[in-house]
Amino acid sequence: MANTTISDVGGVEPRKMTIERPRKVVRRIRPSGSMVVMALYLIFLMLPIYWLLNMSLKTNAEILGTFSFWPRDFTLANYTKILTDPSWYMGYVNSLIYVVLNTAISLAVALPAAYAFSRYSFMGDKHLFFWLLTNRMAPPAVFALPFFQLYSSIGLFDTHIAVALAHCLFNVPLAVWILEGFMRGVPKEIDETAYIDGYSFPRFFIKIFTPLIASGIGVAAFFCFMFSWVELLLSRTLTSVDAKPIAATMTRTVGAAGVDWGVLAAAGMLTIVPGALVIYFVRNYIAKGFALGRV
Amino acid sequence: MNKTVNQKAWFLILPVLVLVAFSAVIPLMTVVNYSVQDTFGNNQFFWAGLDWFDDMLHSERMWNALGRQLMFSGIILAIQIPLGIFVALNMPKKGFWSSFCLVVMSLPLLIPWNVVGTIWQIFGRVDIGLLGYTLDAIGIDYNYTQNTLAAWITVIVMDVWHWTSLVALLAFAGLRSIPDAYYQAAKIDQASRWAVFRFIELPKIAGVLMIAILLRFMDSFMIYTEPFVVTGGGPGNATTFLSIDLVKMALGQFDLGPAAAFSLMYFLTIMAISWVFYTVMTTIDKREGK
Repeated sequence: MANTTISDVGGVEPRKMTIERPRKVVRRIRPSGSMVVMALYLIFLMLPIYWLLNMSLKTNAEILGTFSFWPRDFTLANYTKILTDPSWYMGYVNSLIYVVLNTAISLAVALPAAYAFSRYSFMGDKHLFFWLLTNRMAPPAVFALPFFQLYSSIGLFDTHIAVALAHCLFNVPLAVWILEGFMRGVPKEIDETAYIDGYSFPRFFIKIFTPLIASGIGVAAFFCFMFSWVELLLSRTLTSVDAKPIAATMTRTVGAAGVDWGVLAAAGMLTIVPGALVIYFVRNYIAKGFALGRV
Repeated sequence: MNKTVNQKAWFLILPVLVLVAFSAVIPLMTVVNYSVQDTFGNNQFFWAGLDWFDDMLHSERMWNALGRQLMFSGIILAIQIPLGIFVALNMPKKGFWSSFCLVVMSLPLLIPWNVVGTIWQIFGRVDIGLLGYTLDAIGIDYNYTQNTLAAWITVIVMDVWHWTSLVALLAFAGLRSIPDAYYQAAKIDQASRWAVFRFIELPKIAGVLMIAILLRFMDSFMIYTEPFVVTGGGPGNATTFLSIDLVKMALGQFDLGPAAAFSLMYFLTIMAISWVFYTVMTTIDKREGK
């Protein structure tokens, strides 16, 4: 098996050899079919997204009239419409504001809590940890109506902070969980040495501990961003005009004259952009991050 | 790790407690409140005891939704977990292509859920979607708004498209942490590829796989937006999962009492099943920690 792999990979994929040194290829047991598998899987992932991109660059007449794999009548009008109309692009701004707020709040409260869980044992710690996790399991549908009433009664309805706080419901437990995993990997001796050296707890936490788990914080931030960015049910329930997220704005394309497919596709493409940017920045931590620090 | 006993650690947890109490306990108590009361409107409520729970337990509608939900979660776990592991085993381990695969695979995870729905709604349309058009062209009768089977297949393929990468990335992270010495030992023993997988890779990624199963179970059990956008719960009630049914009941018909009782039972079900996963997971963690 391993022997055939060497020649197969070398023969079929000469380009690969320049990237990976042959020694590595020998060590890994890798059927040459893996390139095919990956290629098929990535095509499966990209095809629907490509189709959306394709549609966003067509005029409505072309979308409905002809069927083609690439835009014949290339147009950027759909994007122009979104980026010049405040009622459209404010949706993106609103979404970004509450997502960033949520990420900041979640991390700020999760960091000390995760430290406590990873370092100390105290009364009810295990139960508390599971109770926190149960909030991650709470179906947003259960909370939609109570949230609406709660935030209306305290005058926060249709504000960014309301959505940010509501998303804390599932992001705080997740952030605690991820950070706890990363913090467990830091030896306790480091804390003890710092205390002997005369560091106070806040100073130690900021100057020494935080840099040590920087990748964990990045990963937690990524997850908070991700789950807050993709959530719609709560953010739509809690907003009407001023803080309306882009995902809810998209429903506007369904008008009396039918669906404006081109604009809908362009809006969809634009919601993918922030995610793609975030992924690009954290690409080296993704693998470890998805394991929530538990590898 | 040996943990120090320190009751003052509670103070570090306090911010989380306050925040979660505000955003979880208060709303949850509102739900509990509704679940035991009835109303004639005008904000006049009176005690109804456990009637709503009794009603919901005998409601065919809820059991049907639960059945569909369990079937959906079961099917997507059965597809996504093996497929995710398979993809992870085939991913390039290092270099540019590895990063490339990671980035492309994470992409579906960061698309807002209703956009995921929109993408598949368009993709599956017979007139303007690639998938629908192609299937129609080769003579398969495919219409996800009319045909129950087509609707189910569309929703499941969409979920596989959306979330398999999460399983794959978790499994990949687990695989990467296996020291090379294990593979070398396997090679000396002339272990088959299957034996390497069964006796080295699978046990080593068991921990992260449990996380994957837990996350996938929780999220698939609460799925709302994607199927709602694609099928709207139809045709008929064929893809009305628990959350869709609940929102219909609470916000659509404003049946607060039954909806609240439904909510609580829904939440308890998901918690009970997750608790089992969580217990298994922490047991694995402990065993590895030794």
